[in-house]
Amino acid sequence: MSRRIPWTLVVLLLALTIPWFGSRYYTFLATQIAILSLFAVSYNLLLGTTGLVSFGHAAYFGLGAYATGLLMKELNVPFLLALLAGGLLPAAFAGVFGYFCVRLTKIYFSMLTLAFAQIVWAICFQWNEVTGGDQGISAIPYPELGWIGAIPGLGGFRTGDHFYFACVVLVILCIWVLGRITDSPFGRLLTTIRENPERASFIGVDVRRYELAAFAIAGGFAGVSGALFGIFNRGVFADFMFWPKSAEVLIMTILGGMNYFWGPVAGTIMMVVLNQQITSYTEYWPLVLGTILLVLLFAFPGGLMGALDAGAKRLRGQKTGGGDA
Amino acid sequence: MLDIDNVTKTFSGFTAVSGVSLTVEKQQIAAVIGPNGAGKSTFFNMITGHLTPDSGAIRLNGRDITGIAPHKICGAGMGRSFQRTNIFPKLTVFDNVQAAYLAHRGKGGNFWSPAERFYRDETEALLRSIGLWEQRESIGGVMSYGAQKQLELGLALASDPALLLLDEPTAGMSATETHEAIRLLERIAGERELTLLFTEHDMEVVFSIAQKIAVLHQGRKIAEGTPAEVRADPEVRRIYLGHH
Ligand SMILES: Nc1ncnc2c1ncn2[C@@H]1O[C@H](COP(=O)(O)OP(=O)(O)O)[C@@H](O)[C@H]1O
Ligand SMILES: [Mg+2]
Repeated sequence: MSRRIPWTLVVLLLALTIPWFGSRYYTFLATQIAILSLFAVSYNLLLGTTGLVSFGHAAYFGLGAYATGLLMKELNVPFLLALLAGGLLPAAFAGVFGYFCVRLTKIYFSMLTLAFAQIVWAICFQWNEVTGGDQGISAIPYPELGWIGAIPGLGGFRTGDHFYFACVVLVILCIWVLGRITDSPFGRLLTTIRENPERASFIGVDVRRYELAAFAIAGGFAGVSGALFGIFNRGVFADFMFWPKSAEVLIMTILGGMNYFWGPVAGTIMMVVLNQQITSYTEYWPLVLGTILLVLLFAFPGGLMGALDAGAKRLRGQKTGGGDA
Repeated sequence: MLDIDNVTKTFSGFTAVSGVSLTVEKQQIAAVIGPNGAGKSTFFNMITGHLTPDSGAIRLNGRDITGIAPHKICGAGMGRSFQRTNIFPKLTVFDNVQAAYLAHRGKGGNFWSPAERFYRDETEALLRSIGLWEQRESIGGVMSYGAQKQLELGLALASDPALLLLDEPTAGMSATETHEAIRLLERIAGERELTLLFTEHDMEVVFSIAQKIAVLHQGRKIAEGTPAEVRADPEVRRIYLGHH
């Protein structure tokens, strides 16, 4: 406990250096990673912390994207206000859907989350007047971030870099909040539910209520992530909430290591980079990506962070062992 | 203190507990005994809200708690352990007990402060009193069976229960472990002025500690009384002592 590293700060500082490489492509990738990291970390509040497997997390990502996109485009609502709505609306939806989902357990819970997500997807796909149906919403205005360029030392960056800076700060802020929640008494009791719901109920935990709260919080932060993604993507489409997107966040989280708070971030970096690399080499990328993911999942059952952790422990063990000899 | 009136539970046609009544007085040590499959765990699960009786009523200090959710019954001053050891296997011993304090003292609505700061002293005192302080950093699920049973007792005690229900607290233990566990229970019950209701399939364990014993057989209560009375009961002798 003595040598606790402020990881949030470390990640923030590292992430902020990316635009200095001066590559439009790096900033593009890093923006995607930052935004999807929040999606995955929010998901892990359910998967890793509470032990709930949701197959419908993309619904809240998509709802956030639609809410913020529409508010900014149709009503000229300022960016931060629209972003707030992009968190609150999905949280409210997650509260309502979750109310029913937490009444079920295990695979039945998962199937119901999927069912709700598919309903939301179908509605957004059909409702031309509001969501643009299968055309989606395009030309979402970029937030006015020119003031970032006026900060000393940040002159000379492109608009894309400004948006990246804003994303990194907002995402890290959200991840920091999720970290506080995970480490709080509430979060600790979520882990008792993951470990043993029957026992949790008999230390006095109202299991369904806690699960519902976690579901709504996770939905809200997924919404913020989706909202940022819609702006980044300059458009919001129904496939944001289609089931493969929910599968993707599940895979990223497991790949990175769901037992580690930063695991989902590692998984997101891995997934985004792999995706980009492979698409540029071969047209069979889904097959190649799938194969690589399978191998990784088998090679590192604890995810990337699990493998790093084990490696670090071995190194430390060897060092002390060598010192004694 | 605990008043169980004529409870029955049927599982798809099979009656596991049939019209059983039992009263436990304040600070009494009472036991429910019976061979495996007699319905002891089912009986317990109805008292703690994990199962709802088909008929009958359960009152705790005069308040009807029949069919209420487990977390509410826990909040009303009842603690329990489970027959199949039931802890948080991947958390440390310390975190197990601390979580029970967090839950019971209503800290679950705190989304912001670090959990590790709360109830450190209480957790330490409790772990010392049940003899697990040395193992506080151990992961619960990898400890010995006896230690896990002790930890489960700790989880139950963290909710400051007035009434403690223990489902076969010594099941699977060696003779020495059993002896120690019973001494521990006696001491804790005395120190905390607990009312204790526990189940056992081994009669000898029970006679040394219980003041009142009820005997279940095939879902029915066939005898009730002091250890001496139960030991002398012809039907109990027929069912039990025939085996010994
Ligand atoms: N959930 C259940 N569904 C069906 N039958 C059950 C269930 N729980 C217990 N039983 C049956 O009820 C009887 C009593 O079980 P139990 O209460 O566990 O006995 P004991 O704890 O005395 O060994 C057994 O025959 C068992 O098979
Ligand atoms: Mg039993």
